[in-house]
Amino acid sequence: MRTSHVKFYQTGTFTVGNRLLSETERSVQSTLERTNALNSGHRACQGCGEALGARYAIDAAMRATNNQLIAANATGCLEVFSTPYPETSWQVPWIHSLFGNAAAVATGVAAALRVKGRTDTRVVAQGGDGGTTDIGFGCLSGMFERNDDVLYICYDNEAYMNTGVQRSSATPPTARTATTQAVGPEPGNVFGQGKNVPLIAMAHEIPYVATASVADVRDLEAKVTKAMSMHGARYIHILVPCPLGWGSAPHDTVKLARLATESGLFPVFEAERGEITDRRTIRKQVPVEEYLRLQRRFAHLFKPVLQVDVIARLQAAADRNIRRFGLHGQGEL
Amino acid sequence: MRRPYAITLDVGSSLANLTGSWRSERPVYVDRLPPCNSACPAGENIQQWLFHAEEGNYQAAWRVLVRDNPLAAIMGRVCYHPCESACNRGLLDESVGINAVERFLGDEANRQGWQFDPIAADSGRRVMVVGSGPAGLSAAYHLRRRGHGVVIFEAESTAGGMMRFGIPQYRLPRSVLDSDVQRIVDMGVELRLGQRVDDIEATMQQEKFDACFLGVGSQIGKRAYIPAGDARRITDAVAVLHQMEGENKPLLGRRVVVYGGGNTAIDVARTARRLGAEESIVVYRRTREKMPAHSHELNEALEEGVKVKWLSTIAAAGDETITVEKMQLDESGNPQPTGEFETMQADSVVLALGQDVDLDLLARLPELNIERGVVQVDALQMTGRRGIFAGGDMVGGERTVTVAVGHGKKAARAIDAYLRDSTPAQAAKHELATFDRLNTWYYSDAPKTIRPVLDIIRRQSTFDEVVGSLDEATALYEARRCMSCGNCFECDTCYGVCPDNAVIKLGPGKGFEFNYDYCKGCGLCAAECPCGAIRMEPEVD
Repeated sequence: MRTSHVKFYQTGTFTVGNRLLSETERSVQSTLERTNALNSGHRACQGCGEALGARYAIDAAMRATNNQLIAANATGCLEVFSTPYPETSWQVPWIHSLFGNAAAVATGVAAALRVKGRTDTRVVAQGGDGGTTDIGFGCLSGMFERNDDVLYICYDNEAYMNTGVQRSSATPPTARTATTQAVGPEPGNVFGQGKNVPLIAMAHEIPYVATASVADVRDLEAKVTKAMSMHGARYIHILVPCPLGWGSAPHDTVKLARLATESGLFPVFEAERGEITDRRTIRKQVPVEEYLRLQRRFAHLFKPVLQVDVIARLQAAADRNIRRFGLHGQGEL
Repeated sequence: MRRPYAITLDVGSSLANLTGSWRSERPVYVDRLPPCNSACPAGENIQQWLFHAEEGNYQAAWRVLVRDNPLAAIMGRVCYHPCESACNRGLLDESVGINAVERFLGDEANRQGWQFDPIAADSGRRVMVVGSGPAGLSAAYHLRRRGHGVVIFEAESTAGGMMRFGIPQYRLPRSVLDSDVQRIVDMGVELRLGQRVDDIEATMQQEKFDACFLGVGSQIGKRAYIPAGDARRITDAVAVLHQMEGENKPLLGRRVVVYGGGNTAIDVARTARRLGAEESIVVYRRTREKMPAHSHELNEALEEGVKVKWLSTIAAAGDETITVEKMQLDESGNPQPTGEFETMQADSVVLALGQDVDLDLLARLPELNIERGVVQVDALQMTGRRGIFAGGDMVGGERTVTVAVGHGKKAARAIDAYLRDSTPAQAAKHELATFDRLNTWYYSDAPKTIRPVLDIIRRQSTFDEVVGSLDEATALYEARRCMSCGNCFECDTCYGVCPDNAVIKLGPGKGFEFNYDYCKGCGLCAAECPCGAIRMEPEVD
């Protein structure tokens, strides 16, 4: 995005750090001083994208708020693996909500802080895609509509992973889950209407909406930092691959996020007051197959026979994103 | 202790939960051998000196460079850079311009007057070096660094050996050669010019030398019998290039024919052009694909108007003409005569058919084993006579400046061990950092910097240097194209991508450590490491 101006310092701003950059240009994650908001010893699976995304986001928010931050957390994987009572991995003030009311709880925290005159302390709410796009959607929309001073972060791993990989409204078409088995004439999840929550958030015309992934930490940090510089309702949607639910190798987590964005399947953009202001352009476009092949949830697209037409439909969806969000860097926003 | 309502247990940290026990594989930081280092005949640690150059710390870079090769400015001009052919970046876009950066560092050292690090304490041992070419200079430098007294005997009145008498000035300006030699003299190496050694044993005894290194170049041009009317018009390449260093330049005439297909043939043809020859023609018996000369040298020659007559041999030389026979390649690629002849105008014929080493000085050393004109040495560069080592052109193999420097270095290490009655320590070779070990996504897209080239008119009439230098900005850019294959360059990616905070950052220059108490062995660090410096190893219970 706008922050990746470094033309050529060996790895530029692609790597997490870069010793050739000045201190001010370095990422939060490359510093010794990062909060490690989600500390070691948590019970997330090997290669968990959500654990990674949560640390990226909350560490950045901590730096942006000078460590004056309270985090609300919906029930879900992130809460379960981080905080089995009475122990926790969180190194920030943290409050656990129900599955569906993280936005409402965060709103309450923000209201309490306002009443107490604590203008320096800021609030984030976080939840998975189930708690955000399905169960917590009403609370979320209400928070947007009231423009409460909360940054809501959705860690999207595209299904209910904690309870055993059930389909959510964020599950992509054809993906196999426990509730959308790879059987029958149209195996896996249906090609439905889809539910693009970032676009729905934009429709509320809230101050700030962005998408990000764990494949680009600088972009993610820049967006969290920008969000924390603003007031009112803000929403960041982060793609976090899940080795367990996606049937992928733990070491492929970052690669999958990269392939999702580079194929166009997951468009990375930001918007203010309902209008898209910037997007992360594709650097080296890859066909969607490259992304799909690494995941067992899409295995039925390749075996026993290659489902050319189904893959073509998914490719068409990626192509549409590329066109719609200008991911090749061409055209008007 | 009073607790808040409904709270019965104190808050604990997940640090009590040692998730490292989940692991079936563990990541380990490794140093893999970068292909450039692996390919360098002089054993330079290229990746490491580029690491310093990337930071703009040119002196540190130069100091790492000269640990292996004292002739940086020369190397940056005459080395055929096998490092660049091996460079992994070549598989991504274009190889890193290592040679150009090396030249920049060498020139910077000469501009700034950098001297070598102080030498080790004097050992009291003395070594004689015969020949001041690249092998001799390299051996002398490495021996002196180890504290030994070194005397170089040079038959010519100037130092440099084949670098002076075999490489034209437009490729290696003599001021550059002189500076690099002088720096070696300045560290306390004694250089005796104009002193031909005839009896090695006697010299060693007289001056109490404990060991000897022979680095004699291949200074005798091979001759081929050509029936000729006027034999004075036939000369050889070594003689021509040697004469170029004297007062009287060779008189070759307006039409010069060079016979041969190696780099020396090209050097002479280009020299002839600069001396005013209207036509400078290389006659070579095979095809362009088979030509041993490096293709960029040939291309530069062709640009300067040198012509090549392919698939031809010289059958006879008349007064003003030569007779050329056409050849054709047989199935095994060898040229066979066709019986077709052709006459060409030629004022002179220069033979560039290979070179031999003058081995007369070895006549009194019967223990030395000489086969096919080259001295046989063991793996430590020692000849059949204990205490006498050899390297460079005279031991055969590829005859380049860089190979000679490598021989000198290897011999110096062996001589040092010999003088201490030990065997040289052999560091275990790291596994090669092949392209598939890298995660090239992380490297910025950046094409190679092209070195400036002298305009064609001046290349045809003067001996000015053809290939120019990079300036500081472009040298820095070029250094930063290095992908640091197989060796950590502290990009913090492992530290960032670990979902378990199990990578400990030790601070600038200190690298990283794994915290195996919490590392679950997911392998994200190894998969995302751009340069392939992390290996996953199976856990053994």
